[in-house]
Amino acid sequence: MIAIIDYGVGNIKSLQFAFDKLDIKTCVTASKETITSCDAVVLPGVGAFNDAMKALEAHGLVDILKHEAGSGKPFLGICLGMQLLYEKSYEDGIWDGLGLLSGQIERIAPTVKVPHMGWNTLAHHRANPIISSIDEQSYVYFVHSYYITKPDQASLVSSCLYGDEVPAIVQRDNVIGMQFHPEKSGQIGIQLLKNFGEMIS
Amino acid sequence: MLAKRIIPCLDVNQGRVVKGKRFQDIKDVADPVVLARQYSEQGADELVLYDITASSDNRNIFLDIVEKVAAEITIPFTVGGGIRTVDDVRHALRAGADKVSINSAAVKNPDLLTEAALKFGSQCIVLSIDAKTTNDSECAVFLNGGRVNTNMNAIEWAIRGEQLGAGELVINAMDTDGVKDGYHVPLTKQVAENVNIPIVASGGAGSMEHFAAVLTDGMADAALAASVFHYSEIDIPELKAYLSQNNIAIRSV
Repeated sequence: MIAIIDYGVGNIKSLQFAFDKLDIKTCVTASKETITSCDAVVLPGVGAFNDAMKALEAHGLVDILKHEAGSGKPFLGICLGMQLLYEKSYEDGIWDGLGLLSGQIERIAPTVKVPHMGWNTLAHHRANPIISSIDEQSYVYFVHSYYITKPDQASLVSSCLYGDEVPAIVQRDNVIGMQFHPEKSGQIGIQLLKNFGEMIS
Repeated sequence: MLAKRIIPCLDVNQGRVVKGKRFQDIKDVADPVVLARQYSEQGADELVLYDITASSDNRNIFLDIVEKVAAEITIPFTVGGGIRTVDDVRHALRAGADKVSINSAAVKNPDLLTEAALKFGSQCIVLSIDAKTTNDSECAVFLNGGRVNTNMNAIEWAIRGEQLGAGELVINAMDTDGVKDGYHVPLTKQVAENVNIPIVASGGAGSMEHFAAVLTDGMADAALAASVFHYSEIDIPELKAYLSQNNIAIRSV
């Protein structure tokens, strides 16, 4: 069972539907007990970084998420949920994130259109189980205005090019981030979620 | 490389997909959920579901359809038609839509764009503009399917829309809509040159060449069409192969 963290933001339904297609059981929850009893955690999110952190705090979820990530359970952050895994964001101020990964969040420079919206191609940096069966140059669906800068290079699995190099898939131990929406990325996205599901023991 | 997007638009009336010419002559064509799945499987990059009936009864039927479509497809889709309040936006997103398209409500209450963008993020707020050439050969913003001229300049409204918080623009050219003689390339280009958010061109698709023109000369990021897809006049895989051969970045499926 995967706990999809419900803190009042994001299109959680699509994520559930995508896991349904894979016969992977999910529950949408903000309950500490439920989260702790699940085998894996997915942290979704859209909207503003600071609002999302405040919502996590208001739901009393910050410590439990840090604990779960530290427990070795597969932990996937998607889109803003990936950005929340990092130390610091410069979105309309300076905000602390969950600090599970090293790097920071900055706005995409306006040399390209912002938001970065649409299907872009993945370039792989290293082999990793999360990109099993995912070809180089596969298209996935991005919608975001901020991105990870100065990422820990060792954690970089795949990136795409949009003005700058944009980290698309990151992984350190059991913690994984996807900047794009796998639940909206057609068959490629379903395969990525399947790969995540296979990390659950 | 970021691909240009091909977006079929499904006008939903009382639970069915319809398409008329020049906002008239409405005909029933299909079940929206079946059609959405077909387009998704054929390689559509995104879909738009447009609620063309306004009564509250039909609104609930429509949200049911939104949820069914979200369960069926694994590509993004936008919901439009009758979005007037932040609550309308919330309901559409909660039903499974990725973006909402706001048209006349934004003209009447521009703050709606800002409020919705602050609440849900600019990335899911699409400003849809119905633009038509007026006597002075400039394009003005029209409401109510082209019946009401707001006397607002379409380019200025597009620029303001971006400032207010819209994350994407749909430019629906009423001069070319339903005529199948090509998109309004000059209008789309002029908007694209004045904003830094993605532009979806709408109105006028009749041939594969029209898509190529608006995605290159028209500087559009995406091209939306309805009847050419609904009546199988253009096949999505063939269209994407054609665009790809013409060196336009397109997602192959």
